[in-house]
Amino acid sequence: MKTIYSSLRQDWFSNVRGDLLAGLVVALALIPEAIAFSIIAGVDPKVGLYASFSIAVIIAFTGGRPGMISAATGAMALVMVLLVKQHGLQYLLAATVLTGVLQIVAGLLKLGTLMRFVSRSVITGFVNALAILIFMAQLPELTNVSWVVYAMTAAGLVIIYGFPYITRAVPSPLVTIVVLTGVAMLLELDIRTVGDMGQLPDSLPIFLLPDVPLTLETLRIILPYAATMAVVGLLESMMTASIVDELTDTNSNKNRECVGQGVANIATGFIGGMAGCAMIGQSVINVKSGGRGRLSTLVAGLGLLVLIVFLGPWVKQIPMAALVAVMIMVSIGTFSWDSIRNLRKHPPSSSLVMMATVVITVATHDLAKGVFVGVLLSGIFFAHKVGQVLRIDRSLDAEGRLRTYSVVGQVFFASSEAFINSFDFREAVQKVRIDVSRAHFWDITAVGALDKVVLKFKREGAEVEVLGLDEASTTLMDRFALHDKPGAVEKRMH
Amino acid sequence: MNKVYACIDGLASTAGVIDWAAWSAQRLNTPLDLLHVLERIDRPLVTDFSGAIGLGAQEALLEELSVLDAQRAKVALEAGKRLMADARARATAAGVASVDVRLRHGELLDSVLEMEPDARLFVLGEHYRASGASRIHLDHHVERVIRSVKRPVLVATGVPFAPPTLFVIAFDGSPTSRTTVETVARSPMLKGLPVIVAMAGEDTAQAQRQLEEAWQTLATAGFEASMALLPGEPEDVLPAFVKARGASLLVMGAYGHSRIRQLIVGSTTTTLLRLSEVPVLILR
Repeated sequence: MKTIYSSLRQDWFSNVRGDLLAGLVVALALIPEAIAFSIIAGVDPKVGLYASFSIAVIIAFTGGRPGMISAATGAMALVMVLLVKQHGLQYLLAATVLTGVLQIVAGLLKLGTLMRFVSRSVITGFVNALAILIFMAQLPELTNVSWVVYAMTAAGLVIIYGFPYITRAVPSPLVTIVVLTGVAMLLELDIRTVGDMGQLPDSLPIFLLPDVPLTLETLRIILPYAATMAVVGLLESMMTASIVDELTDTNSNKNRECVGQGVANIATGFIGGMAGCAMIGQSVINVKSGGRGRLSTLVAGLGLLVLIVFLGPWVKQIPMAALVAVMIMVSIGTFSWDSIRNLRKHPPSSSLVMMATVVITVATHDLAKGVFVGVLLSGIFFAHKVGQVLRIDRSLDAEGRLRTYSVVGQVFFASSEAFINSFDFREAVQKVRIDVSRAHFWDITAVGALDKVVLKFKREGAEVEVLGLDEASTTLMDRFALHDKPGAVEKRMH
Repeated sequence: MNKVYACIDGLASTAGVIDWAAWSAQRLNTPLDLLHVLERIDRPLVTDFSGAIGLGAQEALLEELSVLDAQRAKVALEAGKRLMADARARATAAGVASVDVRLRHGELLDSVLEMEPDARLFVLGEHYRASGASRIHLDHHVERVIRSVKRPVLVATGVPFAPPTLFVIAFDGSPTSRTTVETVARSPMLKGLPVIVAMAGEDTAQAQRQLEEAWQTLATAGFEASMALLPGEPEDVLPAFVKARGASLLVMGAYGHSRIRQLIVGSTTTTLLRLSEVPVLILR
């Protein structure tokens, strides 16, 4: 009771003024993004707007990271493009619900803790790839268009980055949109507007079941997309949570966040919204504007709904060029520019992991694949580095008959080759003593390597003695620890 | 379980907390630890409503926030150090031989729970006390600590300290309050002081008998004890009784009722704690 009460108070009402103002700033900033991401995904703007409302509001209650903003995102939109193109909106809604189910399962299985295997370089790569993809998604709006669109976009960027020098009390992306919409309407410019991109919300969202046949065939279609969206959504949410943790110097509950994202996506699928997740850019904007608690997320979601329902007719008039300018800002803000400066400072392996994540993601348009390759590469590089922590000292007794090798360090698949190569089999000695008491044998490759060394010496006619194998092989015991007696590894070896 | 911890915060009741803690430490013959927790203030200092994120927005924001936090924390740390130095001087002047200070970050409750295994007694003050009729909410720091720790807690008030000359035990015949009486009888802390066992409620034979038993326990332990049976509800009559008799301390057991009942009607302990003008010692 004590903890629930105090955390409720802390999460919701410790910063009411800051949360209200920041929530409104975020609500305003969410409108262009939600529309732009719907357009990336190939659905009507209302799908993204409803999703952003629903996800933000639900996450305010169910999320594990107060102050983090979740809504319809670019990362998720990029995953669903093909599904929408081939099967249509209804399958997207079903996939959204399934994504939520998978995320809840992940949360209950406490997979949030798996994030520790995703290294800093992979996270940077993910963020950079996301920024590049968001930028690339704007290019269709900028190709084969009249000079007016370029002029509008440029003017938009000037306002976005210049207006904060005049005042920081009003969101500059909003000013951009209002000014550019006004100019386009006054001059009756013939350029594309949001209204040309599809239907906008004209009412409050209503509950509806996705109109798909409940068959295995449907599952076969949506499962790959749902699984990828679940992974991408959780990855971005966990990353964003870490970023907000770092910015505010507080902790978050990662597994609760997984379940919360799942609940939000299920509900969103049932009101006709697309899947979403946490947003890095918006969360940074929220923290920057003074938002810290759950109230900021709730205000962002509710504010968004009120704005779109009341401003619907005006939203239709927003020129696409204004949205493109906002999205260019988002991609610039999302990109980690430090990572370019750090390319030469960081170890080459880290830079390579980062670059590989970016290249794979941009090439496949699939953030999950990029992260997978990044994690794999960092694992390999790590194994390689740890494999070098191996030293073998040799000494010869006075008569030159006993050769002692003492092994210090980690012996496993990546270092077993080096381990074998550091013994001198050509040397003719009577007795060889291998002291492994300060070494760790991590896997059967390592045990096999020792086996091979012993056998080779025996074949050369030397007497072999292995010291301290019990200590060395305790790391191997994880599976056998309960029923194996000391020395069992030795027995298994011979 | 051998230390008296005084949780101080530099507000009105701090002097009382130190004095009571020093007195208790001497009575119990234990070392005294002064604990001050530097709590985080979550109110953000940066407010930029431009909603624009530029190059390296995240890095720049982190830099800005951490610099501001660092400045704020440095000031708090400096103030905390000064507070502790004053507190140590006061406790030493009061005659405590061994005084230690602890300055910690985080939440008071977390630090208190961490210290609990070697605590004999916690002394804390109300951080906030409204005057007059608006005294409805007990400071949540104090309440959380009382609800969470198993060790005795002495809640000091803003009343200036004077060595106690008389104390009152709030008694209601329940097992909790009998344990309270037994604990007082055993402990060296209040030994030798005159005590009144006060019970609020109807004058029944059972109440008389229970009161008699409590008196007997204390008298056997060598206390100069007397009894009082007051008609009325404990929260109405006890604070006034304590004041009328000029007692310096009210002793009671903590939270005997079920959690559900506490949530709905509030507990006698909380109410008494809120209304009492003299320090209250709460025993488990």
